[in-house]
Amino acid sequence: MSLIEGLNKIFDNRIRLGIMSALMVNEEVNFNELKELLDITDGNLASHLKSLEESGSIKVQKGFIGRKTNTTYSVTKAGEKAFKAHIAALEQMIKSTK
Amino acid sequence: MSEQQQSLEDLQHIKKMMERSSRFISLSGLSGIAAGICALIGAWFAWNRLHRTQSETYDLVRIITTNGAEILDELFWIATYTFIGAFISAFFFTYLRSRKDRVPMFGKTTMRLLWNVVIPMAVGGIFLIRMMYNGEFELVAPGCLIFYGLALVNGSKYTLGEIRYLGYGMLALGIMNLFYVGYGLYFWAMGFGILHIAYGITMWMKYERNSN
Repeated sequence: MSLIEGLNKIFDNRIRLGIMSALMVNEEVNFNELKELLDITDGNLASHLKSLEESGSIKVQKGFIGRKTNTTYSVTKAGEKAFKAHIAALEQMIKSTK
Repeated sequence: MSEQQQSLEDLQHIKKMMERSSRFISLSGLSGIAAGICALIGAWFAWNRLHRTQSETYDLVRIITTNGAEILDELFWIATYTFIGAFISAFFFTYLRSRKDRVPMFGKTTMRLLWNVVIPMAVGGIFLIRMMYNGEFELVAPGCLIFYGLALVNGSKYTLGEIRYLGYGMLALGIMNLFYVGYGLYFWAMGFGILHIAYGITMWMKYERNSN
């Protein structure tokens, strides 16, 4: 059952998967861009971001544009590694059951 | 749903999110068709104007020396109007599609695409204008095709990847044109007209026909 172990529990959710995908191909993405991309509410997005941050997959930078807060997110080294392993496990899953 | 199916859908979701967050994918095929038609109309006007000189040659330098510089002015304005017409019509259809896709027209992905297309085009434009000031007209048509081709290949990383092939087509025509100077207008019409239209139709069939 080593296949299942490769799959990371933290990415076992479409929204967290979407957040990670966007962060993998962009240096940083801000809250509103993520919200637009995933088409979800502020509260929902915030809670998923929180759990990704707590798992050490992403890091948060708080900044300002003028007077408005601008919170951007980027992927950590550990998050990148875990996400790549997760994708590899998904691929294995498809191949092995063919 | 089987685990296999679930994994496949997860991977598709990842791919879609990566694309949507890094590429401007609302570029409409109709924009290509419209720009191509503008280019053909412009080329037709230019051809007519050159034809009226009764010259037996298409060598622009010879035509200018025998007909005076005013024809150069007229050709310049034809080219400018063609560019403006092509730009506005291309913008229009892409604007419509981005509204339908509910993707912001001037989001980060659009800006990244524009910037990467503008750099080779602007540098190429300055280079060609400088060349014309020096009385060098032979390489203007192939130069337009080559710099535009490079701009498309460069921009293809930030929008629908297929635009790369349109870029390769422009580059091939531009390079061929380097060895058949004097036929610039034909190569120009072929590249900016026919290739744009062919690309636009292909993309429209592939991405937009079924979503209507």
